[in-house]
Formats: sequence, C-alpha cells, structure tokens
Amino acid sequence: MSIWTRKDLTGLDELSAEEITFLLDTARAFKGVGERSLKKVPALRGKTLVNFFVEPSTRTRTSFEVAAMRLSADVVNISATASSLQKGETLKDTALNLQALRADIIVLRHSSPGSSKFLAERLDSSIINAGDGAHEHPTQGLLDIFTIREKFGKIEGLNIAIVGDILFSRVARSNIFGLLKLGAKVTLVGPSTLVPKRFEKLGVRVSHRIDDILAEADVVNLLRIQHERQRKEYFPGLGEYIALFGLTKARAEKLKPSCLIMHPGPINRGVEIDSEVADGKQSVILEQVTNGIAVRMAVLYACAGGAHIPAP
Amino acid sequence: MKITRIANGRIIDPANQRNEVADLWLADGKIIAPQPGTETETIDATHLVVAPGLIDIHVHLREPGQSHKETIASATRAAAAGGFTSVVAMPNTSPTADSAATIAWIKDKAARTACVNVFTTGAITKGLKGEELAPYGSLFNAGVVALTDDGHCVQNHEVMRRAVEYAKMFGLVVMDHCQDYSLVGDGIMHEGEWSLRLGLPGWPRAGEEMIVARNILLAELLDSPIHCQHISSGGSVRLLREARARGVKISGEVCPHHIALTDAELAAFDSNFKMNPPLRAEADIEAIIEGIADGTLTILCSDHAPHAAYEKEVEIDHAPFGITGLENEFATFHDILVHKRRVIDLPRLIALYTSEPARLLKLDRGTLSPGVPADITLIDPNLDWTFDKTTSLSLSKNTPFHGHTWRGRAVRTIVSGETVWSLS
Repeated sequence: MSIWTRKDLTGLDELSAEEITFLLDTARAFKGVGERSLKKVPALRGKTLVNFFVEPSTRTRTSFEVAAMRLSADVVNISATASSLQKGETLKDTALNLQALRADIIVLRHSSPGSSKFLAERLDSSIINAGDGAHEHPTQGLLDIFTIREKFGKIEGLNIAIVGDILFSRVARSNIFGLLKLGAKVTLVGPSTLVPKRFEKLGVRVSHRIDDILAEADVVNLLRIQHERQRKEYFPGLGEYIALFGLTKARAEKLKPSCLIMHPGPINRGVEIDSEVADGKQSVILEQVTNGIAVRMAVLYACAGGAHIPAP
Repeated sequence: MKITRIANGRIIDPANQRNEVADLWLADGKIIAPQPGTETETIDATHLVVAPGLIDIHVHLREPGQSHKETIASATRAAAAGGFTSVVAMPNTSPTADSAATIAWIKDKAARTACVNVFTTGAITKGLKGEELAPYGSLFNAGVVALTDDGHCVQNHEVMRRAVEYAKMFGLVVMDHCQDYSLVGDGIMHEGEWSLRLGLPGWPRAGEEMIVARNILLAELLDSPIHCQHISSGGSVRLLREARARGVKISGEVCPHHIALTDAELAAFDSNFKMNPPLRAEADIEAIIEGIADGTLTILCSDHAPHAAYEKEVEIDHAPFGITGLENEFATFHDILVHKRRVIDLPRLIALYTSEPARLLKLDRGTLSPGVPADITLIDPNLDWTFDKTTSLSLSKNTPFHGHTWRGRAVRTIVSGETVWSLS
C-alpha cells in the first residue's frame, strides 16, 4: 500500500500513473471475487458507506452498492429528495451530519464541479467522487481503462477515440486524464461546439470527422448525447448528429477487427450507436459494467480499507 | 485652533505635479499654505510619502440590507486601513439605491458611522433590471456622483443609449459592468484551458469585449462619458486604447486580482478565487499592465465585495461572485506595477488612485492644494508586509490573498485633518 496514501478519490487528474496502475492492479485482484459463488470478502467489514447521490443515478449507485457489499461494508443510500439539501441545508452541513453518524466512506454524486474535493478537504471520511458536474467521474474512467487494459494488456501507444459530447462530459475528462498518464494517444471526436479545438491544450487531438479516425482506432468510446441537458444551439438536431458522428453499421465495418466499442451507458440506440453495433462482437459495453464493480471495490479498499488486510 | 505640520515627508501630489520633500500644513480640516512656527501638532513623515487621500470608486458597502456581509462602519474601517479616505458605494444594496430615499439613508448612516468619506452612486435602471431608467434628477439632487447597475449590465442597447443621453443632462458619468448575458450564460470562470479541465462553465472574453465595444459606440454617438468597470480582458484594453486615441469619452478601471492572479488558481475549486468578471490568463494580465502603463486604463479600484463565510463555503457554482480588496489593493498594485515590474512610478500609481478618479467623478478630492479637505494618506513604499485575513477589519474574510507578501503600503490615513487609522 505504499503507493496509495490517499483517503479520497476525487479525480484522475491529480493521480500519478503509478497510483492509477495500483488501482487497476488491485481491481484485477478483486475481479476474481465476483466470479466466485460466494462473492464476498471481509475487507471492509464493520465500515459504513453512504451513497450520497444528489443527482439521480441508478447504474453507478448500484455498482457502488454491490462493490461495497462484496467488501462486507454496510451501505446506506441517500438521494437528493430524501436529504436535507431540499430543506436548505448546505452540502457541507449535510456531509458533516453524515460524518457525525460515523460514515467511513461517502460516495458523492453531485451536479457541481469540485463538490467531492470540497468535501474531501473538510471531512475525515473518505470521499469517493461518483461524478461532479462536468468535471470528473473517476471510477468510470478507471473502469474504462481497466477494460481496455484487460483486452490489450497495456494502455501505452493505443489509439483511443472518444466520441460525442466532450464539453459537458465528466466521463470524457476522467478518461482523458487517466489515459494520457498511461501513455495512450487520445483523439476527441465530435461537433466543434461540443469538442472545441482548445481541448488540444490538454494533450489530446481533436477531430470533427469520425470517418478519419475509424481505421486507426484501437478503441472507440462513445458518449451519450445528453440532449435533455443541452441548449439546442450546440448542434442543429439529432438527425444531423447521427449523420455526422453516429457509429453506424457502415462506419463500424471500417474499424479494425480488434477495435473495442465502448460506452459508459445508458446508450441511446440509433443515436450515438446503431443498435446492431451495440450488440456486436466488438462491443464490450456490458463487460464495462461488470468491471465497474471490481474497480469500485479496489477504490473503496484503497481509500478506506485497512491497509492491514491483504487484497485477495 | 489645531494646526498640523506633517513634517519631512515626500509630498507627491499628481494633480499639481508636485514631488518633493517638504512639510504639509493642515488646519480646520483643510490643507493650508505653510505657516512655519504656528503648528500645534507635528506628524513625522520622514521616509514616508505624503499623498492625497486615496479614492476607491468601486466598493460594495452592503448597507442597507446585507449587514451580515459588511456595514458602512466596517467597510470604511477596512478602507482606512488600506489608505483610503474616500469610497464610492455601489448601488446593488437591498433595497437597490435607485431612489433619493435610499441615497439619503446611506448618507445618513455614513454620517453617523463611516470613518472615511462615502460617495454614493445611483442605479442606471430601477431594481437593476435593465428595463426602466431610475430617476436621475432626484438621484442627482440627493448627491450621487455617478450611475451604475454594477453586478448587472443593461443588455438592451436602446435603454443604455437613453440612460447615457439622459444622464448627460446632469453631468453624471455612467459606469458599466460589462457583461453580455447571452454570451456568458452561467459561466463562472474564464473560458480557457482551465475551464475545460475543471468542467466549469466558461465566461469568455468576448462576453466583456462585446459590451465594452457597445459602450464605445454609444459614448461616441452621444459624445458623453461611459466608464467601463473592472476590465479583465486583454481585448477590452485594445478596444479602449483605440477608442481613446480617437477622443471617445470612454475609460476603464482595473482591480488588483486581475493582474495578480490567473484562472489556474481555480484548480482547487476555492470560491475565494471566484469573482465577476473572472480571473483570466497571463496574456490578459500582460495586456492590462500594458494598458495601465500607456494610459489606456486610468483608474485602479478594488471591487471590494464582501460575503459571509457561510455564503462562500459552498459548491463553487453556488457561491456568490466577489472578494474583498480594500485593505490590500494599494499594496498589491504597488508591489506589481511599481516595485517588481516598474511599468509606472509611484506618482503615477498615486494619480490612478487620486487625481484620475476625482476628475472622472468631479470630486473635490484627490489633491493637496490649499483649501481642499485635508484627506491625506501616508505611504511607506519600502515596507514589506504579509496580508493576514484574520486581522482584516472587514466583516468578511473572502480574500484570495491571505498570506501574500507585498512591498509598500499605507501607514496612516487622515480624513479632514483627523487620523482615522494608523499602522500599529
């Protein structure tokens, strides 16, 4: 545990390549737990985890819940409507109350960028960022990277395309930060309003033509077009988006056979991805979900598990 | 009668192009001609600079209505500790200072509780809504020195045009917080690499420049002055330079944070680095410093915007914009502009805080001419000091400068002949 000394995971931007690799290696060890008939280890027995989801989520919350249960932690779920935030209490006060209840780990999903860091600096509990606005979603980034590494055995040198609404995507940011640290070549693809050229300052390439990147891609990670969130001026409509950037069957045929098709979910069939492509051989979308549990177990264990209990 | 001799200081009075070691004489709250031998009090100013009392034309006093953030009493004490003898109050109080009654309330409260001069501004539009003009005639009669919707920006160009045109009848300058709402949207930090990295909504330079350009065109159309508040973008400086060269009655002011800090500071999501307009990039800092050096930007100020700790200590996108500044602004500017970068000299720095704002707002201040009120700031330009927010006299401590060290500061503040603050 000498590499990992943090009590929190608020983002991948602040982690070193060694720390990211440590989490991925730990996740690989934990993945085996999920394959057993008795899917449980005592690593977090007696610890209390609060899933504090101020923004709605089913997939991520459930994944954290399953991960915590497999580590034998006790789990409490709190949603925005059930919390005192509705009554005007500040985030800090609500979190201090959770700490006073002796929550060892708070998994936070919140619409404000920096909200996890905000709590991490003020609380003794471990804070795990489950998505803070458009900033980061580090466990999603880690599970994407884990899935890629599992298939290719490495990250360095791979051509990874992330397609879609990058500007508003915390998944994209965590992927960008993590992948670049591990030596991947990252290309962001999408309309110039959602993937402005200035993203290149982060060390990635920007392309506005998906057809240009298909042949060389080792991974195509498709992000959901969050059309319900967006002001419509970002692009003229879904029809035009599909025509320009959708991973249609015809486009998917230009991919290398080894190219992975990924998506953090929930997918919009027929929008960013054709239905058949989502279900096709190259799609690892459901493996991502399975890997998410192992990655989250690793993160919970690293941040809050006693370093005295060896990983399985 | 008390006659005071401020002895042996370097008198710097930009309005009179004076810069010499000499004695300054005061009596009855006014500057007087030297009367050797008559003094009843002597203040030793050896090695100090004797300057006209500094003027900050952009301060949020928060009264009436927001006395949990600041009061006229606490703000003016902070002002005195920063070397200021006059502050100009912004009208975004509760109620808005858009009527003679509210102006009268502020003046009355200031008369009873302020330790420096408080000048008032009236709103451009009723309730700062950008729709209907406030009653400038009665505001003028109540004593406002300018009009502004600061914190808000009149979006409708026709409304702004009529505001400037109507204000001209009273000789009132219209001061504008330059922000195009449609371009800025819910932006909370400079739109650039850091906003992309942090996932925070961007506030693009063009959101300011668009309105600076609008104001230049209206000032030119109406041949009437418009003052652009807290310039943050290098592009705004270029626009102002070009317009001023053509003789357009347009001016701009600068706050210390916009030349001391960049948007990279937001990386920790600390709301003490969140203000409006936002911290920008190194290139903007360079352009603004160049604009100060070449005379494009003629006024320095704080945009002192106190907020209670509990209001600021929330998620960054929920936190209010604004930081305090009265106690550090002169030192921050002195350290950067005069001491480190040497782009202007001390007399020019003092002019940017005295004769220039006095001229813009037609204040009977900002000079050491015999007969004017004896508002004087004693400055030690060689004193190195560290800002400790816990000792701040403001009710609020929302500063990004805690722990910063600067060279130079005010050491004594004299208002109408009375010392209201001195460095202990």
